[in-house]
Amino acid sequence: MTGDTIRHLPLEDLHQAAGARFGAFAGWSMPLTYPAGVMKEHLHTREHAGLFDISHMKLILVFGPQAANLLDKACPLSARALATNQSKYTFFLNEQAGILDDLIVTRLGDERFMVVANAGNAAEDIAHLQALAERFEATVEPLDRVFLAIQGPEAADILEKAGISTAHLFFMQGGEPRENWFISRSGYTGEDGFEIGLPEADARDLLTKLQADERLTWIGLAARDSLRLEAGLCLHGQDITPDTSPASAGLMWAIPKDIRASGNFIGASALAKIMADGASEKRVGLKPEGRQPVRAGVQLTDADGTVVGRVTSGGFGPSAGHPVAMGYVAAELSKPGNTVFADVRGTRIPVQIHPLPFTQHRYRKG
Amino acid sequence: MAKLYFTEDHEWLSVDGDVVTVGITDYAQEQLGDLVFVELPEIGRSFAKGDTAVVVESVKAASDVYAPVDGEIIEANTALSSDPALVNSSPAGEGWLWKMKLSDAGQLEGLLDEAGYAAHIA
Repeated sequence: MTGDTIRHLPLEDLHQAAGARFGAFAGWSMPLTYPAGVMKEHLHTREHAGLFDISHMKLILVFGPQAANLLDKACPLSARALATNQSKYTFFLNEQAGILDDLIVTRLGDERFMVVANAGNAAEDIAHLQALAERFEATVEPLDRVFLAIQGPEAADILEKAGISTAHLFFMQGGEPRENWFISRSGYTGEDGFEIGLPEADARDLLTKLQADERLTWIGLAARDSLRLEAGLCLHGQDITPDTSPASAGLMWAIPKDIRASGNFIGASALAKIMADGASEKRVGLKPEGRQPVRAGVQLTDADGTVVGRVTSGGFGPSAGHPVAMGYVAAELSKPGNTVFADVRGTRIPVQIHPLPFTQHRYRKG
Repeated sequence: MAKLYFTEDHEWLSVDGDVVTVGITDYAQEQLGDLVFVELPEIGRSFAKGDTAVVVESVKAASDVYAPVDGEIIEANTALSSDPALVNSSPAGEGWLWKMKLSDAGQLEGLLDEAGYAAHIA
């Protein structure tokens, strides 16, 4: 982040009224928890539904005759192969195939796409796309929107009752239901759910309706983090960075097979080489033995004490009922069931390589 | 009758003769959020004032709890091993952390009383 000023959510007053405790994240003052606390917020989301203000994230519209070409350059993607209303998880890579950011791209029309980018990388992402846009007949337009996520098994019903029909959407589909609105069936919890970008005035109207439904409660960033960690989803800046490639991160599923070797995207040749050589380390789920959490930054060793990896995210999984973590280990040790060790303040904790996710995804797939 | 003291680091001390029971305040537990693990001290270990005696872990982060006075650990609240959330539900009662033997009663003089602590967090 450049600059010292912390940014405030447009709906900050609503969070204050709800009793939020705030903290800084990616340059934004964000609600971390509400009075119920992280544990209850987390479990409520999995049982009913949670409401998240994710307006720190950036919606970027890319449109024009060569919008697809621009995206195919910026991302390991076949933008034209996306059906209208189809969303795709993808990345911006650097020339070394390191992950600059992870994103969701949705095709809204023939020549119209929505890119959803992370808060911490938004300024760089916009600059990156705008620089590329000079070479294509395409326009990059960052949008000013309130962005809300409604996640959990009751999310669709709650939206239906608030007058928003979602029956036509399956997981990883999205569109523009009204002028200046964007809705997609996606999220960061492993549950069925939706992300809705809309102008502030519309958001306040919608929230008045949504909050009349007692199944829905505000969920802070702390529970957002424990939910996504249990779901095995990466946090850019921790689990994936410009120094990790989609191959080592176990995210090659996000790259269409036909472009892995022959794609024209930035980082293609470096990625082809990494794939040919085999990634030397792999991202894995980690289950520490016992109750003590093992957190980001902790080194992992083998039984002899040799460093074989590191933890990139770690905490406690309220639904899993035990500590959960993810990180990187040497490829030969990455098989679930293997044991490595974490040193936490002098205590050596056995850590089992565990399949991801820790809690099953419950997406509504078509 | 035990006497109650507080530190600016949000611990309470209940002093009964030379036995000091230590815990964190309701304000502290609220700041930390739901605790999922408490790393308890070994019995017999001596701490100087300011040493990390206990680490409490919430869903999100680990935080140190310091020894408020010099002394030797005589008991740790092992109930917290299976139920760390006692610190949240009863910070001044069942959620106590450890007991230590006071080695320098003079160190109590610099601590806050209940009114002083209330003013500190106001």
